[in-house]
Amino acid sequence: MKEETPKPKGIMSRRAFLRTGLAAGGAVAAGGANAMPPQGNPANQPPNVPDWTRSLGEGVVARPYGKPSSYESVVIRRDVEWLTASRESSVSFTPLHALDGMITPNGLCFERHHAGIAEVDPADYRLILHGLVDKPLIFTLDDIKRMPRVSRAYFCECAANSGMEWRGAQLNGCQYTHGMVHCVMYTGVPLKTLLDEAGVKPNAKWLLLEGGDSAAMTRSLPMQKALDDVLIAYRMNGEMLYPENGYPVRAVIPGWEANMWVKWLRRIELGDQPWHHREETSKYTDLLENGKARRFTYVMDAKSVITNPSPQAPINHKSGFTVLSGLAWSGRGKIARVDVSLDGGRNWQTAKLDGPIFDKALTRFYYEFDWDGRELLLQSRAMDETGYVQPSKSELRKVRGVNSIYHNNGIQTWQLHKNGEVENVEIS
Amino acid sequence: MGLLAALLAASLAALPSGDIQAAPKKAEAAQTAPIAQAKLNIGRSATPEEISGWDIDIRPDGHGLPIGKGTVKEGEPLYVERCAACHGEFGESAGRWPILSGGNDSLASHDPIKSVGSYWPYASTLIDYIRRAMPFGAAQTLTNDELYAITAYVLFLNDVIKTEDFELSDKNFGTIKLPNESNFFDDDRETSEKAFWRKDPCMSNCAAGHATVTGRARVIDVTPEQSKGPKVE
Repeated sequence: MKEETPKPKGIMSRRAFLRTGLAAGGAVAAGGANAMPPQGNPANQPPNVPDWTRSLGEGVVARPYGKPSSYESVVIRRDVEWLTASRESSVSFTPLHALDGMITPNGLCFERHHAGIAEVDPADYRLILHGLVDKPLIFTLDDIKRMPRVSRAYFCECAANSGMEWRGAQLNGCQYTHGMVHCVMYTGVPLKTLLDEAGVKPNAKWLLLEGGDSAAMTRSLPMQKALDDVLIAYRMNGEMLYPENGYPVRAVIPGWEANMWVKWLRRIELGDQPWHHREETSKYTDLLENGKARRFTYVMDAKSVITNPSPQAPINHKSGFTVLSGLAWSGRGKIARVDVSLDGGRNWQTAKLDGPIFDKALTRFYYEFDWDGRELLLQSRAMDETGYVQPSKSELRKVRGVNSIYHNNGIQTWQLHKNGEVENVEIS
Repeated sequence: MGLLAALLAASLAALPSGDIQAAPKKAEAAQTAPIAQAKLNIGRSATPEEISGWDIDIRPDGHGLPIGKGTVKEGEPLYVERCAACHGEFGESAGRWPILSGGNDSLASHDPIKSVGSYWPYASTLIDYIRRAMPFGAAQTLTNDELYAITAYVLFLNDVIKTEDFELSDKNFGTIKLPNESNFFDDDRETSEKAFWRKDPCMSNCAAGHATVTGRARVIDVTPEQSKGPKVE
C-alpha cells in the first residue's frame, strides 16, 4: 500500500534533519547522525578518583521530595505545540522510551486537559450522587477515603493515542506516537459501593460523570460497567492523585478510553438514557470512510509498541547482544502473547513477557537478540486473552479508513539504521 | 452504627458501676469486628438546592433545559463579542480552535469537517456544552437568555435555524433537529472486525518479498526537538 505523505496540521518551522544532532554538541540527540553516547570526562574515570567520591554529598532532606538525577532532566512529559490551539486544552506525552517495567511514575503520566488543571481544595471537595437513586447523597473527601477500598494497576490510554499516524508516519518518537498511555496503581472505592449507599432505581441504565474543571467534563457511562470494575480513585502509586491527574478524586474506567476517566469528579447522575454530550458526539466518535460514525467505542483494542530501540532511544553500540523492550496492553483483559519482527512483519518471534501481567494493565516485554549491525524493520504484535491480535496499519485502514482520529492500534514500524539511529516509517 | 451503639450501651449497662477498666476492652472488641451491614451510612443527603447549583446537564429529549429564550438577532452581538475570537465570525474557526459551521457533505471525503451542522447528532449537545464550558475561560457566566440567543445564532450559522427573528426557548427546543443524526451507529467492532480475533497469527513468510519503506516521519519534520522542552525546576 502506497502511503500518502501526510499533511501536518498547523504552522510549524521546517528544520534540516541533521541540525538536531549537530547542534547538540556531542550529546545523544534524537535522530542525530551519530548515535554514540558522550565520552564523558576522563578525570572521573578509572584509575582517577572522581569528585563525588572525595567529598561529602548533600544530607538527608536536602531533597525533601525526591526527584530524578539532574542528568535525567530530558525525561519529561512533552507536548507538540502545533497540535492544539492552547495549552489549557491540550495533551502532553509520557516518555515511554525512557521508562521500564509496567508502572508509570506519577510525574510522567501524560496529561489531557480541556480547560487547564483544576486546583481543588480538598476541604471544599464534594461529590454529589443523584438522579434515579433512592437517596441523593453528598460525600466529602474524608467520606470517600474511609470507605472500603481496593488498589489495582490499570492502563489509561487516550483514544487519540497514535491518532496522528492514521495517514502515515508523522512523529519521530514513541513518546509522541504512543505516549498518551500510562499505567499506575490506583486506590479507590468501587463505584458500586457508592451506588449501593444511594440505592439505584430499577430504571437507571446510564450514569453521567462530571468533572469540576472549567470544562465541567462529562461522559455517559453504561450501568453495567459502573457495577463491574469502575473505581472512584484518590491515590496513584500510593500518593494522592496529582492535580494534573484529577486531584483529589477521579474516575477510573478500566480498559476504556481515557476521556471517560473524568478528573476532579464532582457529580454522578443516574438516568435512563445516555446524554450524548460533546465528548461523545463531536469528539470520541469514529468517522469511517463512508461518512458514518461509530459511537460509544469505549474499549481500547490490544496494542503494543517497541519502546527501545526507538527514535528517541537509539542503539549506542555497533552490534552484538541487544535487548529490545516494549509495552503491550488490552482493554479486554490480560496480554497473552507479544510477537516481535525484525524484518517488517515477514517473520515473527515470540517475546518474553516480564513482570506482573494484570488485567487491563501495561505489560512489559523483552526480546533479546544478537544484532549483526544490519538495517532492521522492527515491529511488535500484541495478543490478548480473548484472542484479539493487534492488526497491521494497512489492515486497520482497510476497515476504518483514515478519518477516525481515535482508536489507532495498528502495528508500529521502526527502522533501525546501521549507525544505531531509529526512525518512524511506513512500510509496504 | 445503631446496632453497634446499642451493643455498647448494653455491655456498659451490664458492668458493675465503678469498673472502668473492663469497659474499653469490650468496646474495642466490638469496634474491630467486620461490618456486615449492606449500608455503610457514609455521606449525607444532598439537598435539592445543593444539587441544583451543579446539575446543569441537558439531554436530547430536553431533560435539563433551563427556562429561557433568545433570538438569532440577539445572539449575533453576543457571539461576536464572546465567541468569534476563537471560532471565527461565521463559525469558520480562527487558528486551531473548533470549527462550528460548514463542512456539509464533507464527511466521506479526505478532509472531513465536523461542525455542528455537518456532524453533530443533537442540538442539545450544543446548548449543554455552551452552558457548561463556554465562553472558554469564563465558563458558566452566561445567563439563560444569553445561552439560548448564542445557541440560536450558532444554529443559524449552520442553516438549521433559517430566520434571524427566530426565538429559541425551552418550549420549542425539541423541534430543532440536526441533519447528521441518523449517521451514527453503536460500537460494532466485535462483529465488524471479527477477523482481528485470530487463533494462530502467521509466524513466518507472512508477506511476499522484502518490506519497503513507503513513508518517513522525518520527511515532514514536525517532531519537537529532544534538546528542547519545558523547563523542570
